[in-house]
Amino acid sequence: MNGQKADSLPKITELAFCVVFQLILQQSKEIELIPTYVLTDKCDGCIGQEKTACMYICPHDLMLLDNDGSVTGHAMKAFNQEPEQCWECYACVKICPQQAIEIRHYADVVPLGASVQPLRGSESIMWSIKFRNGNRKRFEFPIRTTPEGSAEPYANKPSADFNDIDNHSVLFTKGTHSCDMSQFIQN
Amino acid sequence: MTEFEFGNPQIVEEEVDILIIGGGMSACGCAFEIMQWAKNKDLNIKLVDKAAMHRSGAVAQGLSAINTYMGENDPSDYVRYVRGDLMGIIREDLVYDVGRHVDDSVHNFEQWGLPIWKQSGDEDRLLSEGGKPVRSGRWQIMINGESYKWIVAEAARKALGVDNINEHVFIVQLITDAKDPGRVAGAAGFSVRENKVFIYSFKSCLLAAGGAVNVFRPRSVGEGTGRAWYPVWNAGSTYAIAAECGAHLTLMENRFVPARFKDGYGPVGAWFLLFKAQAMNAFGEDYQANNYSILADHGYDEYASGPKMGTCLRNHLMMKEIREGRGPIFIDTPTAMAKLAETMTPQEIKHLEAEAWEDFLDMTIGQCGVWAGENIEPDKEMSELMPTEPYLLGSHAGCAGIWCSGPEDLPGTPDHYHWEYNRMTTVKGLFTAGDGVGASGHKFSSGSHAEGRIAAKSMVKFALDNKDWKPELSRTVGDIVEEIYRPVRTYLEYKDYTTAIDVNPHYITPKMFQFRLQKIMDEYVAGVSTWYQTNAKMLDIAEKKLEMLREDSLQMRAKDLHELLRAWENYHRLITAYAHMKHIQFREETRYPGYYYRMDFQNIDDENWKCFVNSKFDRETGEWTVWKEPYVQMIKYADDEPIGISNPAAHV
Repeated sequence: MNGQKADSLPKITELAFCVVFQLILQQSKEIELIPTYVLTDKCDGCIGQEKTACMYICPHDLMLLDNDGSVTGHAMKAFNQEPEQCWECYACVKICPQQAIEIRHYADVVPLGASVQPLRGSESIMWSIKFRNGNRKRFEFPIRTTPEGSAEPYANKPSADFNDIDNHSVLFTKGTHSCDMSQFIQN
Repeated sequence: MTEFEFGNPQIVEEEVDILIIGGGMSACGCAFEIMQWAKNKDLNIKLVDKAAMHRSGAVAQGLSAINTYMGENDPSDYVRYVRGDLMGIIREDLVYDVGRHVDDSVHNFEQWGLPIWKQSGDEDRLLSEGGKPVRSGRWQIMINGESYKWIVAEAARKALGVDNINEHVFIVQLITDAKDPGRVAGAAGFSVRENKVFIYSFKSCLLAAGGAVNVFRPRSVGEGTGRAWYPVWNAGSTYAIAAECGAHLTLMENRFVPARFKDGYGPVGAWFLLFKAQAMNAFGEDYQANNYSILADHGYDEYASGPKMGTCLRNHLMMKEIREGRGPIFIDTPTAMAKLAETMTPQEIKHLEAEAWEDFLDMTIGQCGVWAGENIEPDKEMSELMPTEPYLLGSHAGCAGIWCSGPEDLPGTPDHYHWEYNRMTTVKGLFTAGDGVGASGHKFSSGSHAEGRIAAKSMVKFALDNKDWKPELSRTVGDIVEEIYRPVRTYLEYKDYTTAIDVNPHYITPKMFQFRLQKIMDEYVAGVSTWYQTNAKMLDIAEKKLEMLREDSLQMRAKDLHELLRAWENYHRLITAYAHMKHIQFREETRYPGYYYRMDFQNIDDENWKCFVNSKFDRETGEWTVWKEPYVQMIKYADDEPIGISNPAAHV
C-alpha cells in the first residue's frame, strides 16, 4: 500500500571496508574520471538487494535505474537523470555497495582532473582527494560513536508526565535549560 | 485487478489523527517527542517524506557544527543575538522557547551516537554530564557530523515505527475542512515511484518541508545550478502549501544572502570564528574597517555596535568593495593557518589541516571539489568569497516563514503572539516548525529539532482536545486528483502535437518554468544581476510577469513522475517568490541592507517599519493581502546591543 521502506540498508563491514579502501587507492591511480556519475563496469543495479540503493537514498530523486537499457544503453545500471539538479551531497556515492558512483564536479565551473572520493564505513569515513595537478590528500574522520542502527530514542528517558501537557517550559525529557527570568522586561 | 498507469493513478485515501509532512530535522524532532506524549492515547500518527529520511532535508549531507547550543549562556542572550542579527524584528517568544529547549535535543544526538568535539580533558564526558564542547563561536559547537542526519533519523524512525513512515511521497496541497474554511482537514500528494495519489485526512498536521532554494537565478546556471548553498530540494513547499491553505505569512521580505567561498559555497563560520581568518579586498585592505563609516549614510549604524553587526550589514560593507571595483574579496586562509601553526607540533599542524578540510567534507563536499579542481590548498593559497543568490528560509540566518502562535507562559507575551496552541499557524490544526516558523531565525539544525518537539507536544494536546471531531474535506477526491495530476494529463493530451517533446505551444516544461521564475526574480526583485537592488517600478513589472507565470502554471507538463515532482516544486517556488515580492513591495524601507535594497527607500525607518509585515493569499482569487503587525520587545535591552534595538517599535 505504502511507499518504500528502508529496514535494511547496504553497508560494508569494517574488514571489507579496509580491504576495499586499499583497492580503491590502487585503482584510483589508473582510473581517469569520465563525465558520468555511475561507472558501467561496477554498477550491478543492486540486483541482489531489496532496492536500488542510490535511487532510494537520493534526496532529490535524481538516480534512476535503467532496467532495460532503453535510456542509457546500459541495462540494469543506474544513472543521474538530471545532473544540473545535483547538490553533490554524495548520499549516493556513500551508500553504493559497489563503489560504482563518483563525482565529476560541475562542468560549468570546475576544471577537469580532480576527484574527491569517500569510503564510508561503520565508524568512520575516509576521503581520498586528488588535485588537478596530481597532488593527493587523504583524511579519515569519525562518523558516529555507536553501531549503526543502535540509536534507541527512549533509552534511559522518562515517560511523558501528562500533567505537563500544558506546561510549555518542559518537554517530556524535562531537560530544560536554566532560565534567568529577570531578563524579561515585565519581571 | 485494475492496472493503474501514468494517466490513471490509484487513489489511496487514509485517515489519521496526526500527519507529519517532511522528514528533516523538525519532522524528526516531532516524531521523537510526539510518540511519548501519544503513548496509550489511541492516536494514529504518520510521517510522509518526499525523499528518504536518512538523507532528507537540509542536513542530508551532514554538518561540521551545531550552530545553536546554549551551554553556559542564558536563553535571553540568545534572543539578543538573534534580534541583533535580524535587524531588531523577531518574535522573541518563539526564539526564547527554542533557546530553553535546544540543548536537550543536542544531548540526545550525542547519546544516539553523534561525535561532538570536546575540550582537552573532557573527551570522555558527554555534554549532559558537563563535558565542555569545542566552541567555534558563542553559540556554535564543532562536531564530526557526516552522519548527523542519519543518526537523528534513525532515532525518529524507531520512535515512529517504519510502518508509520511513507517515503518518496510528495505532499503538495493542504485541504481545508468542509464546515470550517479556517481549519485544515487533509493533505494530498503523490508517490514519485508509483502511479498513486495519496489523500490524507486528519485532525492536525505538522508542515515542515524546508525553505526555498533556486527561486532566484543562481550564479552558476549550467550543471552548477543544483550546487546551491541551501539544499536544492528545498522548493518553498512549506510557505506555498501553507499560503494556499490560508495561513498568514510573516517577514517574507526577509531573505538570506550568505557570503561564502565562491562557487563551492563552503561555509565561512569555522574559518572566521575557529581559525580566525581575515577577509580582505583585492589589495589586501581590511574593507570592513575602511567602510565602517558608510553605515551612517542611511541609519544602518544604529544596528551595528563596533564589529558586532547584523550579517546583512557585513554583506553591505563587502558589496561596496565589489561594486566599486576593489574585488574580489579574499579570505586569507594561509595566514590564519600559519598563525595557528606557530605554536604547534608537526602532528598538531597535520591535525589542523585535517580539521580545515573536514569543515567542508562534512557539509559542503563540492567546495573540496572546487579546491581540488583549481589546485587550491587552503594553507598555501587564499580563496575568494562571494555573496550568493538570495535564499528564503526561517531556520538559518533568515526569518521568512509562517506566523505562528507562541508559548503563553513567557512574561509579557502580547495577545497577538498567542492563540490556542504553541506553533499553530492561523489555520486551525496546521502546525509548523524549523524553516516554517517565521520571525525566529538562527534555530539551525538543533533548534529545528527542538521546535519540532515543541510543536509535537501541542499537536497531541490539539488531537486530544478534538478527539470526537471528524475531518471532512472541502474538495472532492476527483477535484483533488484532477488538479494534482493536471501536468500529466496536459502532457498526455498534447504530446503528439509536435515532433519535439520539449517544444510545444500547449505546455511549458517545469525546467523552463523555473528559468522564467528565476529571470523575473533576478532582474526585478533584487537578485544578483542588479546587486540586490530594486524599486517600486521594478516590482510592478515583476508582479505583472509573475501573474502571467501563475496563469501559465496551469499549463506545466509532466512527462513522468519525476517531472511531476519538479512541476509541483516549481509551483511552490512561484508562490513563495510571489510572497517575497509582495512583502518587499509593501515594506517601504531597506531593513536588510546587504540582503536587498529598496533604492527608493534606502533608510532603515524604525518609526514606521519596526514591525512585522504579514500577508495572506486567497487561492481562489489569487489576491494577496499585506499588513503590519506590531513588534513587542520582551527581553531587556543590554548595553552592548546596537542602539537601534532600543528604538521604540513602530506604532501599528
